[in-house]
Amino acid sequence: MAPLLEIKGLKTHFSTDDGILQAVDGVDITINRGETLCVVGESGCGKTVTAMSILKLIAMPPGRIAAGQIIFEGRDLVPLTSNQLDEIRAKEIGFIFQEPMTSLNPVLTIGEQIAESLRRHEAVTRKQALDRTIEMLKLVQIPNAEGRVHNYPHQFSGGMRQRVMIAMALACKPKLIIADEPTTALDVTIQAQILDLLQDMKERFGMAVMLITHAMGVVAETAQRVVVMYAGKVVEEALVDDLFGNPGHPYTQGLIRSIPRIDLDSEHKTRLEAIGGSVPILINPPVGCRFAPRCKFAMNVCTEKEPLLREIAPGHRMACHLGDPNLGAAS
Amino acid sequence: MSQYVLRRLLIAIPSLLGISIVLFVVLALAPGDPFSELATNPNVPPEVQAALRAKFGLDDPIHLRYLHWLNAMLHGDWGFSFVSRMNVDTLILQRLPATLYVIGSAQILALLIAIPVGVYAATKPYSLFDQIANTLAFVGFSLPTFFTGILFILIFSVTLDWLPFVYTTDIKATGIHWVLEMIRQAIMPVAVLGLFQAASMTRFVRSAMLDVIRLDYVTTARAKGLGQAKVIVKHVMRNAMIPVVTLIALQMPAVFGGAIVTEQIFRIPGIGSLLISSILSNDTPVVMAVTFVFACLVVLFNLIADVLYGWLDPRISLR
Repeated sequence: MAPLLEIKGLKTHFSTDDGILQAVDGVDITINRGETLCVVGESGCGKTVTAMSILKLIAMPPGRIAAGQIIFEGRDLVPLTSNQLDEIRAKEIGFIFQEPMTSLNPVLTIGEQIAESLRRHEAVTRKQALDRTIEMLKLVQIPNAEGRVHNYPHQFSGGMRQRVMIAMALACKPKLIIADEPTTALDVTIQAQILDLLQDMKERFGMAVMLITHAMGVVAETAQRVVVMYAGKVVEEALVDDLFGNPGHPYTQGLIRSIPRIDLDSEHKTRLEAIGGSVPILINPPVGCRFAPRCKFAMNVCTEKEPLLREIAPGHRMACHLGDPNLGAAS
Repeated sequence: MSQYVLRRLLIAIPSLLGISIVLFVVLALAPGDPFSELATNPNVPPEVQAALRAKFGLDDPIHLRYLHWLNAMLHGDWGFSFVSRMNVDTLILQRLPATLYVIGSAQILALLIAIPVGVYAATKPYSLFDQIANTLAFVGFSLPTFFTGILFILIFSVTLDWLPFVYTTDIKATGIHWVLEMIRQAIMPVAVLGLFQAASMTRFVRSAMLDVIRLDYVTTARAKGLGQAKVIVKHVMRNAMIPVVTLIALQMPAVFGGAIVTEQIFRIPGIGSLLISSILSNDTPVVMAVTFVFACLVVLFNLIADVLYGWLDPRISLR
């Protein structure tokens, strides 16, 4: 079966005063129907920009999709105008944003904000839209949904607002939900509840989820497949067990080693390892591998030639020169 | 809500009393005597002068005069204009329609220009339209009304002879001709004042829109596929207009107070020119009444602005 969404060679660039910022530079991501795909990477690696590019939600200008295809159910979204994309936004692809505190309009009731999406995409009356909204609020476990539907966002806590955001994204029963760090702004106990809810909704509606996060713990709990991004590029892609069991790319290894372990006893506990250095600025990025300046295994070839994604095991691909048989003597 | 309004109105009483005391004292300290003309008039015998001064209580100590004024004001007696020889309230009511008509129309014109231009410019920042709008707005509020007013008179009245440059309240026409003439003579003052107001308001609307347009909930709205027009009107404008509405409410007293300079240039017999001529002729009761009414309007519209703010923004509760 054809994948639900296929991103091919996506390049999203931003014009800045200092030059062109290549936030996303040739990214390939595939999402199958009903699957949970996690996109991980540190801040500024292009995860959010990739996600926002799918529905052209980046500010254009200064942003621009410079190259690539975004094929959703066999149709390329890149050439579509904003008006044409409006038919797909919320109806086919729903979005959950990072900041529940600022992602809801403060002067409209939450009921109105959920219902307007329904009224836009489906032929429903105001009454039907309200009923559906209340039903959605119940589904995301907001107590006293009938009363709360007429409340304003400031009358909800952060966790409750994120539930509202989920209800909003799910209202039109989209085939794909893109959740951009949905738990980052919440405290830890609420994080787990929101992830459970998301998982629950996914199973109920059978949709695919693209979960963007920088927390490896979240990845381990929710993902089926994982894409690791670094400096605007995909560096590794694997099923979740393969990735944690046998991480190929030095960056992925570093990310996994930076997870705090509570399962080790005190003798085996060591200082948490951090990856030294920081993400390169993506205006005139370095030639070769972008991770090379921070990589402990960096070789000469790494600063000369860009590593391409290659399959190291079935369904497991990475972009690193380490152990590349084609490199021959150089490695 | 009604409790809040009631409390605010009660708080307004002491502040209005305070304002009236300050106004009264300042006017009493000001040089000039409304009866100076009488004093130099040889036809008025000194004993008549003295009787008149005693009748109006002009030589009483200041606190007695203030209490006298306050008492009369509370009984609806606004005083008597020495110059126009008529009651002050009649005089103000006579002048008010011209002011309301011209200044009110100018405000409406300003809004009709500022809101669409400001909103559209903000949706396409740094586009050609935005640059032109910004430049014109900058020019607009850099040119004072006394300059543009005279420029307009020179072009449209003197050179082209299209429009009258003196505003008159007794137009010798009836029916539709009267209406047309009223519109014709208001065009220049309304344009001068309206464009000046529109210039600064456009910039205000634009920046209020730009503040909102980049917020997260606007992206949320876009992600719902609502379409550009609906996102702008329902999600951006609805929020951006909160400070704009407040600003307009706070500007409303000026609509009643008249635009002193513009009214002088076009000889509009409004409140602004009444105030100026009263000050020049030492007509203290009129000056006192006009400034006091102005103070009341400022207090009232401040309250209205606060109530509107609470009504437009659900996060603010008035208690």
